[in-house]
Amino acid sequence: MAKRIDVSGLNAYYGSFRAIEDISMTVEPRTVTAFIGPSGCGKSTFLRTLNRMHEVTPGGRVEGKVMLDDEDLYGAGVDPVSVRREVGMVFQRPNPFPTMSIYDNVAAGLKLVGGKKKSEMDDVVEKSLKGANLWNEVKDRLGKPGSGLSGGQQQRLCIARAIAVEPNVLLMDEPCSALDPISTLAIEDLIGELKERFTIVIVTHNMQQAARVSDRTAFFNLAAVGQPGKLIEIDDTERIFSNPSVQATEDYISGRFG
Amino acid sequence: MDISTTKDTPLPSTPPPPAAEEKRAARGATRPGDRIFLGLSRGSGIFLLAIMAAIAVFLSYRAVLAIGKDEGNFFTTFEWNPTGNPPVFGIAVLAFGTIVSSIIAMAIAVPVAVGIALFITHYAPRRLGGPIAYVVDLLAAVPSIVYGLWGALVLVPQLDGLYGWLNDYLGWTGVFEWQGGAPRSMLTVGILLAIMILPIITNVSREVFRQVPQMHEEAALALGATRWEVIRMAVLPFGRSGVISASMLGLGRALGETMAVAMVLSSSFEINLSLLDPGGGTFAQNIASKFSEATEMGRDALIASGLVLFVITLLVNGAARLIIARRKEFSGANA
Repeated sequence: MAKRIDVSGLNAYYGSFRAIEDISMTVEPRTVTAFIGPSGCGKSTFLRTLNRMHEVTPGGRVEGKVMLDDEDLYGAGVDPVSVRREVGMVFQRPNPFPTMSIYDNVAAGLKLVGGKKKSEMDDVVEKSLKGANLWNEVKDRLGKPGSGLSGGQQQRLCIARAIAVEPNVLLMDEPCSALDPISTLAIEDLIGELKERFTIVIVTHNMQQAARVSDRTAFFNLAAVGQPGKLIEIDDTERIFSNPSVQATEDYISGRFG
Repeated sequence: MDISTTKDTPLPSTPPPPAAEEKRAARGATRPGDRIFLGLSRGSGIFLLAIMAAIAVFLSYRAVLAIGKDEGNFFTTFEWNPTGNPPVFGIAVLAFGTIVSSIIAMAIAVPVAVGIALFITHYAPRRLGGPIAYVVDLLAAVPSIVYGLWGALVLVPQLDGLYGWLNDYLGWTGVFEWQGGAPRSMLTVGILLAIMILPIITNVSREVFRQVPQMHEEAALALGATRWEVIRMAVLPFGRSGVISASMLGLGRALGETMAVAMVLSSSFEINLSLLDPGGGTFAQNIASKFSEATEMGRDALIASGLVLFVITLLVNGAARLIIARRKEFSGANA
C-alpha cells in the first residue's frame, strides 16, 4: 500500500523563524529516498512535516502542500492523528515505551485503532517482529520490558512498532546515529527489505549509508546560520554521488565543507 | 600521571615518594576538607538515628506502661477513659475514623490532583499553566489551622445541600444516611482533608509528568495517538510510581492532620456506619483535644494511640513501596 509523496512549495516555521523554504519534490512509492545535508539545514524539520509532527513543536507551523497520492495532508478538515497513522516514523534515539513489554510495544499502535482480537493481534505482532528481523531474538521474552534490549534491538523494535499498523510511508530520522556498526548494518539490510512494501524516507548524516540504502538522494543546505534551509537538488543516488549537477552538492559529498 | 613508573625518562631530581604516602594515594587523596565533610555528614547520620531510637524507646516505654494498666481491650474498646477506675480505653474508634477520613480524602484528592497536574503540564497554554501552578503552590503553604477555620466557618454551613442530596439518592445504602444533624461528620473531615492534601499531590505529580521524556510522547504521537492517548500510553504509565509516592505524601498528611479535623468534627467515641452522621474521631484529633487536660496516665494512653498511628503510617508506606517495586522493570527508570 505504498503511496507517492508529492510536496510543493512547502515552508515550515518555528514561530516567526522560517526553517525551510519553498521545498518541492516527489517521492515514488516503494523507493528509499535519503535526505543529506549539514546540521541545521532543515532536513529533519522537513521530514517531520511529512507526518504533521512538526506542528507538535510549540510555534511549529507549515505552509504549502503535501500530497499523499491524492490526499492533501494539510487540507482543511484533515486530522493530523489520522495522517500519523498513515505515515509511520522511526526516531533518532530508540524510544520503545519503557513501561510496556516487547509485545505491548509492537501492539501499541494496533490498540489505538482497536477492533483486533487477541489471536489476530498475536499474528500481527509476530509478523511485524519478523518484518523487523527481531523475532528470533525476542520470541522467548515477549513479556519482558522493551527497554532491556540492546540499542540496535530497541531500534528494530521501534521499526516493528511502526510497521505493525501497516503505514503507507515510513519516515526515519537518523535511525542509526545512536547505533554501533553491526546494528547499523542490520537496520540497513532491513530498510532494503522494507522498501518492497513501503515508501521510505530516511534522514542520515552518514553519506555511505545514503549511498548504500537509497534509490534517490536529496541534498539540503542553508546559505548561513539563521537562514532557512533549502533543497539544493534531488536525483538518483548514483548520480548524486558520481556526478551531481550542483557544485555545492559535490563540495559537501567530497568533504570540502560541512 | 605517575612519574616514578616512566622508566625511559628518569627524573633524578624527584625523589621516590615514601611508602605511606603511596598507600594513601592508592586509597584516593584525602584532603582536610574531605575529611571534615565526611565526619560532619557521618555524624549527622548517626545523630539522626540516635534521636530516632531515643524517641522510639521513650514512646514505646510510656505506651507499654499505659496499655498494661488498661482494663479494656486496647484494640476493640469503644471508650476513652484512661483516668477512670478502672482505666478503660481503646483505639477502635480512632483507627476507624482515621482510616475512613483518609480514604475519603484520597478518593477525592488523587483523581483531582492528577487531573490538575495533567492540565498544567499537557493541556493548558503556558500562560495559563504557570499561574495555576503558582496558586497550587500557595495553597500548599496555607497553615492547617487556617484550613480548619475555613472548614468550620465556611465549608460546614455549605454542606447541608450536598448532605440532603446524598441522603435522597444514596441514603438507602446506609453509608450516606443523614439524620439531619450539623454536617460535622467524617465526610466533612474527608472533604476538608482532600482540599488540604490536594496541593502536595498536585505539585509532585506535576513534576513527575513534566519529566516524561519528550521522545516517549513523540513515539506515541507518531503512532497516531490523540492527546489523551499519548497521556494514557506514555505519560501516566511513566508517572505511575511518582503519583503513588505523591499520594503517600498526601496520605501521610491526611493521617496525621490534627487541628483542622478537631475544628470541623463533632467527635464522640462511637462508630457510625453512616459517613454523614457526626461522631467518631481520629488519632491526631483525639490527642490534640485531650492532651492539655490529661493526667500522666492519660498522656501515656494518648502516646500509645500515637504509636498505633505511627505503625499504620509505616504499614501504608511499606505497601506503597511494594506496589512500586513489583513493577520496577517496567517503571521507565531504566530507559
